[in-house]
Amino acid sequence: MNFIFLIFGILFGIVLTKSEVISWFRIHDMFLFNEAHMYLIIGAAVVVGAVSVQLLKRTGVHSVNGQPLNFKGKDYHKGFIPGGIIFGIGWAITGACPGPIFAQIGAGEWPAVVTLAGAVLGAWLYHAGKTRLPH
Amino acid sequence: MNFFTETWNWYIAGPLIGLFVPALLIAGNKLLGLSSSFEHICSIILPKAKAAVLNYDVRKNGWKYYFVLGILIGGFVGNFIMNDNRVAFLPEIYHSFSGMVKLFTGGILVGFGTRYANGCTSGHAITGLSLLNPASLKSTIGFFIGGLIYTWSAIYLF
Repeated sequence: MNFIFLIFGILFGIVLTKSEVISWFRIHDMFLFNEAHMYLIIGAAVVVGAVSVQLLKRTGVHSVNGQPLNFKGKDYHKGFIPGGIIFGIGWAITGACPGPIFAQIGAGEWPAVVTLAGAVLGAWLYHAGKTRLPH
Repeated sequence: MNFFTETWNWYIAGPLIGLFVPALLIAGNKLLGLSSSFEHICSIILPKAKAAVLNYDVRKNGWKYYFVLGILIGGFVGNFIMNDNRVAFLPEIYHSFSGMVKLFTGGILVGFGTRYANGCTSGHAITGLSLLNPASLKSTIGFFIGGLIYTWSAIYLF
């Protein structure tokens, strides 16, 4: 079963890499409004994703293991905006969001291993301090 | 002009990325989201007692481990095989010690921020917006506020 997710991951990594979504330069140019590349990719992905979800909902398709599909979105809490802003700063610094960190490593940008180490530590720090944060 | 070796346009890559939302739903009833992979790695490397604080079920989320492993392989295939010339994705400065300190700091913000916001670009911006979830829109706006503030202030301050 997990084999299919490995294949999906490989395909996802190829798309991220070939479209240079994993590039610090592309992220930098996105935030500087120098080019529309990233905005168009995210926009097109959301449109295709949203239309697909609507089609799946209307046709009542089940997953291959026979379950009704789970369309449950994440429930809002007070961390969504401050956490999002903190991540946005990290995204601009490293030029990588979570998926692309792994793609950067595979693409031979080995300093991204350091980004990954920081991210794993950051995730742990959140859990270590989460009782003191507003949610 | 060779489709496999040149940079892919937005109208190729964007729709392909969007198709992973229905593909993962149909294949395993999974919602695409990648920042929880940090917790996954953390749960694996920490001793059991210390990993308890993460409250993360490695077995239930095993698919994510395979998915990010796949992304890593995909990065290799995309840059070394499906390419005539290797593309640099990080500025040269990040290959120095001071650059790596910066990457580590940024990485901490990525890990902390995505877990506090309960999602990243894939979980909130792609999946959450595809589900038309207003909570994910708020987070996505947060991503851009943070990124814009940092990028523009870095230009004027440093």
